[in-house]
Amino acid sequence: MINLRDKGASIWENWNRVQRTIFVLISITVVALMPYAGGFGPTSFLNTPISSYQAVLVYPIALFVLMGLGLNIVVGKSGLLDLGYVAFFAIGAYTMAIMGTMTSLNTWEILPFGIFFAMVAGLLLGLPALRLRGDYLAIVTLGFGEIVRIVALNLNITGGPNGVVGVPNPPPILGQKFELNDHAAYFWVILVMILLVIWMVRRFTIRRPGRAWEAIRQDEDVAALMGVNLLVYKLWSFTIGAAVGGAGGVIYASKTMFIAPDMFTFNTSILVLACVVFGGLGNIWGVILGASILGYLPERIRFISNARQLVFGLVLLIIMNVRPDGLLPRKKREKIKQKEAK
Amino acid sequence: MNLQVLSSQFWSLCLQGVALGFIYVLISLGYTMVYGVLRLINFANSEVFMVGTFATVVAQVGILQNQTNSQPLHGFRLLYTLAFSLGFSMLICGVLGVLVELVAYRRLRALGTNRLASLISAIAVSIVLLETTRIVTFSRPQTSPRLLDKWSFGEIAGANFRIDTVAVIVSGIVIFFALDRFVTKSRLGKAIRAVSMSEENSKLMGVNLNRVVSLTFFIGGLTTGAAAFFYTTVYETTQFNVGFNLGLAAFTAAVLGGIGNLRGAFYGGLFLGVLEQFASAILGSQWKSVTVFLVLVLVLLLKPNGIFGEAVQQTRT
Repeated sequence: MINLRDKGASIWENWNRVQRTIFVLISITVVALMPYAGGFGPTSFLNTPISSYQAVLVYPIALFVLMGLGLNIVVGKSGLLDLGYVAFFAIGAYTMAIMGTMTSLNTWEILPFGIFFAMVAGLLLGLPALRLRGDYLAIVTLGFGEIVRIVALNLNITGGPNGVVGVPNPPPILGQKFELNDHAAYFWVILVMILLVIWMVRRFTIRRPGRAWEAIRQDEDVAALMGVNLLVYKLWSFTIGAAVGGAGGVIYASKTMFIAPDMFTFNTSILVLACVVFGGLGNIWGVILGASILGYLPERIRFISNARQLVFGLVLLIIMNVRPDGLLPRKKREKIKQKEAK
Repeated sequence: MNLQVLSSQFWSLCLQGVALGFIYVLISLGYTMVYGVLRLINFANSEVFMVGTFATVVAQVGILQNQTNSQPLHGFRLLYTLAFSLGFSMLICGVLGVLVELVAYRRLRALGTNRLASLISAIAVSIVLLETTRIVTFSRPQTSPRLLDKWSFGEIAGANFRIDTVAVIVSGIVIFFALDRFVTKSRLGKAIRAVSMSEENSKLMGVNLNRVVSLTFFIGGLTTGAAAFFYTTVYETTQFNVGFNLGLAAFTAAVLGGIGNLRGAFYGGLFLGVLEQFASAILGSQWKSVTVFLVLVLVLLLKPNGIFGEAVQQTRT
């Protein structure tokens, strides 16, 4: 099978700066126009039954891409298995919901708070948990995800099982209004965030933190011997991942205007993790593809409403068995190195 | 906070906790056996348990035909019904465990891919199991016929020794020690332990790796099936989503004791059962899982490989 990732990378590497800039601008424009793709003849098959195509494009697809990219920093880049990623999403969402209903701050002013609280939570969880290895870390993060949900379910300030109602929509930005039925504006906001995360991840990858994460992922002991401060770099990876999740949560709460604890179950963590692994662990483009497919598929096949999760499970199972490294795997040269190491 | 229960119901809570703990022990054996051999979290085990509870109900309803509203059974008929439904549930879960391994793990294991792929594949299998059951049962809870007349042996220090509590504890002990003996003494058990120590070396010693892995999943399924039977007999109801919480608790128990270690699962399960009972009595049942996870984090901080875990066991993702 041809390796799309390598093919794309080699074309990209042979381009000069102008060609790259033009390509990036064209791709961003094409993606930014995606909310209107559902209206035309040839692409109208994109339309999803029940919820509109534009709505699906914002949630789940765009938000899953954002969260997948955030989780990819933790799981894909530094090899820390996090099964409670939804906790940071929930913290962001509840920050928006509580501060939005109780104070007069608007969404853009709350966004830094949401990111900050998610990062603090990441730090508080990471300090004890990141000393653990492998599956122990997995179970502790899983537990943390459940704790956040249960706490939200039982406190008064979070509205208990009823959640928080009447979360305000974001105020206009650059003249673009955010209204309940205007999904395109939300899509563009999330797109900007996704681009920022991609830029950030690419910067990190080629600098010191990225190299440290890579070393930790391949072999913790060797990384420690080479002078990588394990806890510090793991915490960095964890809190940056948490920040992305928190930002996603703020936008989500502000868009849906209503949040409840049962939106933040273990299943969401698993779904985001599935996006990352399904698309291609550690590869940004793979994650984007994986999240788009796994976000879109259940909505597209809603006509078999009762069995759609079943079909989803079957598709996931088959793809994982056929392409265990995901749809777009990491660079090949790394895989060859891994084989040599074995 | 309700600290009064500590003095008034202490022994009763202990007894209930131990009974619940044995159900956890039996499920966590399914996790820990597989983890010992493959170093993988068998995520589908909770759904195997869920299928087991339905298998128990089906077997019991099948034997009783349409007399589900009748009186509790007695004598030989009771024993026969219980034994048959226990066996049926164990067999179904054992076979299902083997199938899960075939579908979710075997190909990925042969390819030697990363562990996350296997994890997602196992999660996919559990989604399939869960959704199939949900569709087949129309999301309705299923009540099992009341077989046991739940009489009590009497009270000791406020603890009510009811027949089902005692039965769970006694059978839990029997099953655990039978399994422990099987793994330490028998030829197949030795093969399982050899594989868990070193896959490569056991292959060189002539162990049929695939057969041992299948056997491990089968045994894990058997104990999980037994747990499903006891759960259904005690609580008399089941639903398609029953697996998640119990599976999570059982997995926590396995980690608490030191995953990959049979005795660890035993003590971890009992400890967790008692802890849950006390936590729900003192703090209220909604804080039960929070307490459990906080204790888990504390234990792992002090003993990073669980209470009975191997001293230097390094697991990697």
